[in-house]
Amino acid sequence: MRKTLLAAGTALLLAAGPAMAQQKSIKIGFVSTFSGPVAVIGNDMRNSFELALDHMGRKMGGLPVEVIYEDDGFKPEVGKQKTQKLIESDKVDFISGYIWSNVLLASIKPVVDSKTFMVIANAGASQVAGELCSPYVFSTSWQNDQTPEAMGLYMNQKGVNSVFLIGPNYAAGKDMLAGVSHTFKGKVVGQELTTWPAQLDFSAELAKAKAANPDAIFVFYPGKAGVQFLAQYAQAGLKGKIPLYTAFTIDETSLPLQKDLALGVPGAQEWVNDLPNDANKKFVADYMKKYPGHRPSFYGAQSYDAANLIASAVTATKGNLTDKEALRKAFEKADFKSVRGNFKFGNNHIPIQNFYLQDVVKDAKGDYVLKTVATIVKDYQDASHSKCPMN
Amino acid sequence: MTLFIEQCLNGLQFGLLLFLLAAGLTLVFGIMDLVNLAHGSLYMIGAYFAATFAAWTDSFVLGAVLALLATLVVGMAVEVIAMRRLYGRDHLDHVLGTFGLILFFDEAVRLIWGPEGLSLPLPSWLNTAVTILPGMQYSAYRLSIIVVSLAVAVFLYVLVMRTRIGMLIRAGASNREMVGALGVNIKLLYTLVFGLGAALAGLAGLMQAPILTVQIGMGENILIVAFVITVIGGIGSVRGAFIAALLVGFVDTLGRSYLPDLLRLVLSPNAASTAAPALASMLIYLLMAIVLVVRPEGLFPASAK
Repeated sequence: MRKTLLAAGTALLLAAGPAMAQQKSIKIGFVSTFSGPVAVIGNDMRNSFELALDHMGRKMGGLPVEVIYEDDGFKPEVGKQKTQKLIESDKVDFISGYIWSNVLLASIKPVVDSKTFMVIANAGASQVAGELCSPYVFSTSWQNDQTPEAMGLYMNQKGVNSVFLIGPNYAAGKDMLAGVSHTFKGKVVGQELTTWPAQLDFSAELAKAKAANPDAIFVFYPGKAGVQFLAQYAQAGLKGKIPLYTAFTIDETSLPLQKDLALGVPGAQEWVNDLPNDANKKFVADYMKKYPGHRPSFYGAQSYDAANLIASAVTATKGNLTDKEALRKAFEKADFKSVRGNFKFGNNHIPIQNFYLQDVVKDAKGDYVLKTVATIVKDYQDASHSKCPMN
Repeated sequence: MTLFIEQCLNGLQFGLLLFLLAAGLTLVFGIMDLVNLAHGSLYMIGAYFAATFAAWTDSFVLGAVLALLATLVVGMAVEVIAMRRLYGRDHLDHVLGTFGLILFFDEAVRLIWGPEGLSLPLPSWLNTAVTILPGMQYSAYRLSIIVVSLAVAVFLYVLVMRTRIGMLIRAGASNREMVGALGVNIKLLYTLVFGLGAALAGLAGLMQAPILTVQIGMGENILIVAFVITVIGGIGSVRGAFIAALLVGFVDTLGRSYLPDLLRLVLSPNAASTAAPALASMLIYLLMAIVLVVRPEGLFPASAK
């Protein structure tokens, strides 16, 4: 008996030896929100990440891929715990996901400290693009300011002279409202931040916006809050009186509930489902085939890109994950077919990319869909990159 | 000035809606001595029923009426099946038992309606603003919430103060054992009161549905506020709940709308706009703390035990 144990132990040791030197599989941790009212966003991200793995035969650089999905419960402290668990006990090679800027800000330290490569698939906290930038952190989304900045440019084009800003009181909300103010040339006549995520009734803020009598209202309410805001905006009788401009308020996860309320409300985005490149056509068509009744959102598109970015780096380094320097260089090339069209990374590892104007229309089947109307700005870099010491 | 009036109307609307929730809670707590954490689930059920029935019948009003009846039935069923096992036991057992019910309802809703949530679109005659004063428009839907809630408040007043059932309810709130000893069918009374509480919660839920959309767990945040109201108003007192709900509604809405401007007088604009929402959301708890210090029994305690 003892002999067999000893033999088994030796065999195990022998088996473990080479595995340490050479990678046998790729382990990826993915943190997002999979419970509660915003689970639709997390599900869209997971669906898209899984679809990307399907498209690459569930292998990166010839090695099988294992993904561990963790639910942050929409809470920064839970997100941080889950991130630590993925790094310390699951020992993942890469970490991805993150919808919320406040969850990202809480979670980023253990990632950077452990020198684990991170690909953010949504959250764009301005600090992470600026003073907190890291050689190990990349983003397939944007820096929070960029999208509202694009919206500000569009409002200039439309001849808007004054705007009232409304958004949630957390990291991203503050970035977004600041973003509009960066590029908008007219007057910001008022600004309201609301308790996040508890406050869902915006009657007091809408009354103040109405009283300020601006040319336009700009709003940032991601997830379900966007549905509630649009409903209350219509109920207050503002639809058709004070036009609404948005960022991250209308997307494929909220449209099934917003329906008519979203028609004619413009938004800015770096990806729209009808972008005419081949990678995107394949992504959108296969997504709708694999998940009938669902359409991919920009959250999903960025997650699909995140998987492909990781795969491109693993392939370029031939699966040798120990050489962090080579891996970082491979990441920086962004050598993959992005569904938004190819992009370059800035020095802070945030994409330099186009931003489009999108609008909501009813398609032939009577479904509500987003479509590209125009390109607002090309190859746009975020403002925080100058605060990032990397070059 | 019109802005101030409009914010007062917003406060009134929010307060009246909270009253519907708190009235049921305080009745159940006062009469059955039952802490019902699952009250928020009945609010959620009311909203889901309304969204479903409105889609089936293609009529918002018909959907709402059917949902109200359905929530009443669900409430009475919950009382007969689950709550009866909890009477006379420790409050901790109530909390555990009704917390279990929350989990049960959340999961049941997920199984039946899916995780995405529903929307309850308003008919076009409600989805606009109406002119209520010269130069002042207000949401027709919020106005109708005010009217319906006030009507319900009057109905509750008449029911509790002027009818035989109301007499039993009041008697039950001040001395339950004595009411039972006098030969009143206390079981039936409990079922009725619980059903009434459920219907009120359901009404609040279905009226909030077009404003806040219908989603799992929607009753949990607002339930905390409803508890605050029962504590401020005095446990078991419907009149107390009414006054306290209006107080909370006004403090919350006016705090949210005027605190940022007040803070800007003393803080930098950036710090003020960040701190104000956080501070405004604490105001109702401050109010509760003050009331508890001055009148530990609440503003209108139902029984003078």
